[in-house]
Amino acid sequence: MAARVVTITSGKGGVGKTTLAANLGVALAMQGQRVVVVDADVGLRNLDVMLGLENRVVYDLVDVVEGRCRLRQALVRDKRLSEFFLLPAAQTRDKSAVQPDDMVRVCESLREQHDFVLIDSPAGIEQGFRYAVAPADEILIVTNPEIAAVRDADRVIGLIEAEEQDLAQLIINRLRPDMVRRGEMLDIADVVELLAIDLIGIVPEDKAILISANRGQPLAFSSDSSLAGRAFHNIARRLLGKDVPFITLHEPGVLERFFRFVRSGGD
Amino acid sequence: MSFFERLIGRRDKSSSGEVAKERLRLVLAHDRADISPALLDMLKDEIVTVISRHVAIDVESVQVTFSQSARETRLVADIPLLTRRGRRKR
Repeated sequence: MAARVVTITSGKGGVGKTTLAANLGVALAMQGQRVVVVDADVGLRNLDVMLGLENRVVYDLVDVVEGRCRLRQALVRDKRLSEFFLLPAAQTRDKSAVQPDDMVRVCESLREQHDFVLIDSPAGIEQGFRYAVAPADEILIVTNPEIAAVRDADRVIGLIEAEEQDLAQLIINRLRPDMVRRGEMLDIADVVELLAIDLIGIVPEDKAILISANRGQPLAFSSDSSLAGRAFHNIARRLLGKDVPFITLHEPGVLERFFRFVRSGGD
Repeated sequence: MSFFERLIGRRDKSSSGEVAKERLRLVLAHDRADISPALLDMLKDEIVTVISRHVAIDVESVQVTFSQSARETRLVADIPLLTRRGRRKR
């Protein structure tokens, strides 16, 4: 089977990788894909709580790698969806327990039963990052419109390009349109220009994300209730090859619309 | 931000968003090339020494900077020559 292995990474911590992995996984599964999300953050397991599956974890990634269980036994099935699974990270081990070859092998097995294997990478550019990107067919770089996050994203893009895995696409998370409007935040065009890679998603800052995490019920389950929920579904659709326009986060002014009209040749 | 700028949606040069962008532009150029500002200064000094051994240049105006297009980084040296007219002026 031709499953796609997609790694979600960022360099900097706290930009929303795990939230994206959870919500993108749910959105893809809701769109009929057979999805497994892999928590690659060994030692700092979190994808299980984001998905509300923490009480169902029996075995984990390191158990699979070290042969204490079969892969199928470690997969936690999410009963809210038809084909959605979690492969949890080990909590009491560290990143040295997994090698890039191990991840490649595990993903080869996962490809057989699924359409998408989403890997939630740990922060940083060390061992954890290395094994998380090793099996990837595609890489999603998550950043915030914020100076440190963009710098770290650039570093990660450089490392990926050095490996000639130039399949990275960008997700700008936690955009605050009100601040952008006042010139108090880097805007989408700035970040895309600086990082010079293709954009696949923009997710606005949304209180509903934290509230949904509190409940272990990713926002993507209710796709229409919020801008962020819609943004996750749009990214999923773009991954599936659909041409989905980006959400307009502000109303263009009269003159801006006029200039756009002129520039577009009036059509 | 002026009324006009707000109308066409352009940002004030002194806004913190614009400052962040300019700072990032420079930081990323240094990061990508793995050249620190100190190393850049040293390069500049050595380039000046080598070139002025053979031709007269306006040392004060020499600029060594990065130029960025997409993900390609270039080192650009702008070295004004002292033309006959310039030399006479000195």
